[in-house]
Amino acid sequence: MSNVTPGPPPCMGNAMREQTTAAARRLARAGMIPLLLTLTGCDMVVMNPTGDIAVQQRDLILIATGLMLLIIVPVMVLTVLFAWRYRAGNPKANYDPKFDHSTTLELVIWSCPLLIIICLGAITWSSTHLLDPFRPLDRITAGRPVPQGTRPLEIQVVAMDWKWLFIYPEQGIATVNELALPVDVPVRFSITSSTQMNTFYAPTLAGMIYAMPGMRSELNAVLNAPGESWGYSGNYTGAGYSYMRFKLIGVDSAGFDGWVQQAKAAGGTLAQGEYLALDRPSERVPVMRFASVVEGLFDRALNQCVESGKPCAADVMARDRQRGGGEPHGHLGSGMPAGRAGSPSSGSSRTEPALLRDPEDKGTGPNVTAPPHPTGPGHRTPY
Amino acid sequence: MPEHSFLKTVFGRLTFESFPIHEPILLTTFIVVVVLGLGIVAALTYFRLWGYLWKEWFTSVDHKRIGIMYVILGIVMLLRGFADALMMRAQQAVAFGPNEGYLPSHHYDQIFTAHGTIMIFFVAIPLVAGLINFVMPLQIGARDVAFPFLNNLSFWLTVSGAGLVMMSLFVGEFARTGWLSYAPLAGLEYSPDTGVDYYLWSLQIAGIGTTLSAINLVATIIKMRAPGMTMMKMPVFCWTALCSQVLAIAIFPVLTAAFFLLILDRYLGTHFFTNDMGGSPMMYWNMVWIWGHPEVYVLVLPAFGIYSEITSTFTGKRLFGYSSMVYATVVITILSYIVWLHHFFTMGAGASVNSFFGIATMVISIPTGAKIFNWLFTMYRGRIIYELPMMWVVAFMLTFVVGGMTGVLLAVPPADFVLHNSLFLVAHFHNVIIGGVVFALLAGITYWFPKAFGFKLDPFWGGVSFWGWVVGYWVAWTPIYVVGLMGVTRRLSHIDDATLQPYFVVAAVGALIILVGILGTVMSIVMGIVRRKQLRDVTGDPWNGRTLEWSTSSPPPAYNFAFTPVVHDLDAWYDMKSRGYQRPMEGYRPIHMPRNTGSGLYLSALALVFGFAMIWYMWWLAALASLGLLTVAIGHTFNYNRDYFIPADNVARTEAQRARPTVAGD
Repeated sequence: MSNVTPGPPPCMGNAMREQTTAAARRLARAGMIPLLLTLTGCDMVVMNPTGDIAVQQRDLILIATGLMLLIIVPVMVLTVLFAWRYRAGNPKANYDPKFDHSTTLELVIWSCPLLIIICLGAITWSSTHLLDPFRPLDRITAGRPVPQGTRPLEIQVVAMDWKWLFIYPEQGIATVNELALPVDVPVRFSITSSTQMNTFYAPTLAGMIYAMPGMRSELNAVLNAPGESWGYSGNYTGAGYSYMRFKLIGVDSAGFDGWVQQAKAAGGTLAQGEYLALDRPSERVPVMRFASVVEGLFDRALNQCVESGKPCAADVMARDRQRGGGEPHGHLGSGMPAGRAGSPSSGSSRTEPALLRDPEDKGTGPNVTAPPHPTGPGHRTPY
Repeated sequence: MPEHSFLKTVFGRLTFESFPIHEPILLTTFIVVVVLGLGIVAALTYFRLWGYLWKEWFTSVDHKRIGIMYVILGIVMLLRGFADALMMRAQQAVAFGPNEGYLPSHHYDQIFTAHGTIMIFFVAIPLVAGLINFVMPLQIGARDVAFPFLNNLSFWLTVSGAGLVMMSLFVGEFARTGWLSYAPLAGLEYSPDTGVDYYLWSLQIAGIGTTLSAINLVATIIKMRAPGMTMMKMPVFCWTALCSQVLAIAIFPVLTAAFFLLILDRYLGTHFFTNDMGGSPMMYWNMVWIWGHPEVYVLVLPAFGIYSEITSTFTGKRLFGYSSMVYATVVITILSYIVWLHHFFTMGAGASVNSFFGIATMVISIPTGAKIFNWLFTMYRGRIIYELPMMWVVAFMLTFVVGGMTGVLLAVPPADFVLHNSLFLVAHFHNVIIGGVVFALLAGITYWFPKAFGFKLDPFWGGVSFWGWVVGYWVAWTPIYVVGLMGVTRRLSHIDDATLQPYFVVAAVGALIILVGILGTVMSIVMGIVRRKQLRDVTGDPWNGRTLEWSTSSPPPAYNFAFTPVVHDLDAWYDMKSRGYQRPMEGYRPIHMPRNTGSGLYLSALALVFGFAMIWYMWWLAALASLGLLTVAIGHTFNYNRDYFIPADNVARTEAQRARPTVAGD
């Protein structure tokens, strides 16, 4: 379990094949067996997920594909058929240069796609609401509703350049680039980013949601099988993006307690200083564990005020609201303080805009294809 | 140090470091480019072609010449963009596990940004603009576009933009932000180098060109159709051109505004798209995609028009369901404006908003599906002649429907939550852009080339181009679809899981097959020129065409039509031919034509200087260039020598020459 060496995600094909739901089985019977076979190869994580949400997303992909193939296959067959049959060299084919309109055919060619899109639209509407990442789970897997009174496990996620920070507020621990989840327990992720627009992407668990600076997004998910897989950064964020990923570990509840104890034993506290050091850009960061986390760290990260002296966005907004005279949604322009005097002073050193710089501060625009690091392409250590 | 300060004032941030003196690969490329460039300049001087090029091409306001120059620009930039693609494919084919590949992320990230930017803005847009420019006025029986000078200016502004992007290869560097330069990554804080500035200024300059060109083309279609050509008798290509350019007018100002705000953030320290001080990066994403999604249709609608024209010609039939085709085009135009949010379902807008945009996106597939069926039933009971353009149509239909299907799949928000930003998405949009737009452009170039030059492209090399592109497309992108389903994200310079390597090796082989296709395209032009005597067409109507462009000579005279045609039916030329039309040989009158001007070129050169000065922080030069722009623009309005008459005698001589079956010499 404590094995953290990188490697290909393990094969979970057999376990998952049993989870194929009734809808997918119906499709299989409807003659889509070859498609399913190709799509359930054991390393296709999107087609072989271990989380209930991702399983439903997979089923939806199969159902939507099946529906569309109802029209795509005939079109492709007809294309080949007509292209061959009506070739100029075929003496048996009818040639009717005047055939350019048929109301019946027009009705058919508009209504067939329409019918399929109506079906697909209905499925889309309901599934988008059911699988909305912000919606609390109501089932653990098919046929197993979440027991009454269950509180989901809270996990806070901060995307940094270029690593993932996971804070477990209830357990009081934090990890970097490693996410352990107890099997069959609903989890609620609160996700933000410290710098870039990033994407928290866990294909085996529940797909993805953006991690955005100053904003909190949410993902509700549950993992149904123990095992290891990978989660990624799904949105390009600069130099270290390719190496920004985390190990996703599914464990039973005893295993989860053991994992938490392991983090506790690692020692170290994630407080302001550690957070700021961690937040500096770094690549290929190994797994790190912190035995304790300072209170309210995620909220400060969300409000971009971990640094001393930097006002929190929530406070600034509250102050602006007071100065601007009340609710920001009252009328146009309300909620806005007058002039720049109302804007907060930033604690960090700011980049001077180009036109306001002194000539000496213009810097250079180098032509380099490699960053000037002696240790190899893009290599930077976390501290 | 005052001396240092003086240099900084004069040269801004341009220093010796800005040139790739220490980069052997770039330096070699640079030397090769310079040697080739000098060679071309020397050859042009030796053969005394400068005057000819200047008078007949660079300053030309003839829509046919401008169209051809657009296509040349597109093909040249295609070679650059494809070189980027090959470098990416090579990197992704080797960079697994312990192997870092040969490109550090710093270089790789510039390459994928340049690839996307160049392929959309400087390949697809110029090729589409070029074909519309060349074909549309001929199809509607006009003598030129509505604003001939503006047309020349639009072209040269696009060239200026392309020039800036090319310059970033050797002076400074290009953006490392992805082809839409999302904020806040593209902000000054995270991208302080010249890259994003190159990106912004080159696209601003080219974008003005594209907007002006769109206005010009729409005005032409609305106001300059031949007598009798009502909207519903207009060739489908003109309809698609109209809808595409109306869309362009609607969206390009949004992109320009978004870029302008980002420029303010970078140059004046405003906070439109920053993380703090009330900025909203989300706003940038919305604005670029309000441009970005309709842009897909700006490109693909004319492509649909090209397929329609070709299908009708080579099946020897009227297009099936003309009016349903027109309505489908209009419906797509409107719908394409309300689907942009599907590019970021995963931003978490909420289920109802996501459903709305998802379903709106799916609805687009209905008119698109109707179009596919219309081409299908045009082939039905036709007599299909498999010349190259028609082969492209069949390849398109079989390729595009798959891309359409994966597109609708991505429009289902929960499915997008696992597939977004994966290589599945990348495979999808290459499927529709290559299978939809590129195939159409290559088909269109093959189809209208004899109209432009009076001889066909070499058919053997055309075949190489066809099979290279089609086979190469499937070999290159099928594995990318598959790895997308394995959860591999886009823009990776290195992949840890070495078991995925075989897929990327196959993809690289596919890219090499496409390279064969591209070489085939280039060779079909070269060998076409070499073998032009055998490939000559003297009829002006080599494919037994149906629309008006085939009624005039190949290449058409400067005035296009000695007499403005009168249209009675759809497929006007087919109608004229079937009613035994005879070309009148006398009664010519002088023809009023616009005169060439160099103002467009001067303005664009100054725009290039302005962009360069802004990128490198040489404020004095930027001020000087803006002053120059203003002076030339105002000066041009005082040029009253803008038009001339082609005397009736000249028209008579040109027309008589065409009547002779063989033309002496070349």
